[in-house]
Amino acid sequence: MSEIATKPRLGRRRALLFAPLGLAVAGGAGFYAMLRGMGTGSYDPRGVPSALIGKSAPPFALPPLEATGLPAFAQADLANLPGPVLVNFWASWCVPCIIEHPQLMALSREGVQVLGINYKDKPADAATFLTRHGNPFARLGRDEPGRVAIDWGVYGVPETYLLDRGGIIRWRWAGPVTPEVLQHDIRPLLKRYA
Amino acid sequence: MRRVLLALCFLAGAGLSPAAAVGLPSEMLRDPAQEQRARDIGHELRCMVCQNQSIEESEADLARDLRRIVRERVAAGESNQQVIAYVHERYGDFVLLRPPFTMATAALWGAPFIALGGGLAAILLLMRRRRIAPEAPPPLTAEEQARLAALEDESAR
Repeated sequence: MSEIATKPRLGRRRALLFAPLGLAVAGGAGFYAMLRGMGTGSYDPRGVPSALIGKSAPPFALPPLEATGLPAFAQADLANLPGPVLVNFWASWCVPCIIEHPQLMALSREGVQVLGINYKDKPADAATFLTRHGNPFARLGRDEPGRVAIDWGVYGVPETYLLDRGGIIRWRWAGPVTPEVLQHDIRPLLKRYA
Repeated sequence: MRRVLLALCFLAGAGLSPAAAVGLPSEMLRDPAQEQRARDIGHELRCMVCQNQSIEESEADLARDLRRIVRERVAAGESNQQVIAYVHERYGDFVLLRPPFTMATAALWGAPFIALGGGLAAILLLMRRRRIAPEAPPPLTAEEQARLAALEDESAR
């Protein structure tokens, strides 16, 4: 009689014994997914989402980089666009900017409007950088004090923003635009917002 | 003695280093009350570059720029909330060292209470089981005693 009463309780208890194991397995699976994501670049523990996604660009007006003869760049230039554009914050002293430069050049050759904001740089250095590596920018503004960058929520160069034709910020990438980022992120986004 | 002195030097250094980031007199506000407010605000804001320091403690360029912006806004007469909102608008929740309560942070803020509740439930369950356990099992019936004796006989043989 007592046997019948204790049996289901014992079963439930034994199931409870496996709970820590289950937790450990779940934790391990999560950790593995994180590590994998870090390896493939889809998960960045230091990555921070931009606060400006879904909003239009903040108000700004920047002076041109005279030596290049490129037109200057202000908020008004980011409305009623013919297609999606990229806004790229860069500097001549920034090493990853050299890594991403060929990708920006390729996009510009394909007819994508790449707009540059030169961050905390000396005009002469910036001009030298563009003559040496080529100029991908349709417009170029100088942000020597770095205040416009703060309005955009930039926390390091290079940073690249993708805006749709209405001038709404749709995507932000903090770090160099590698060929992988170009392939997996920028090209699909350009197609989606074309 | 020398070792003690060395230790003291390290202690002094450790105490001073956070202040050193904002030690430049040119950066500070004239009015000590305003400067204190600017520091209080700065301690609420994360340096996006170093990520585990506030902008008051960080040596990063961006942190210095943000310290300057905080001081400009304090000097212009903005409230602490207004200054923090200005930075929050640009850098999002991550810039706040005390994250706001939203759907995304609900698990973060709720975790201590869930852990506390779970612990309390575990303690209550254990206490109830203890109270039940000391009850002695019912004595064996005559039939059971006979079976037990038979089994003991068998094993003794």
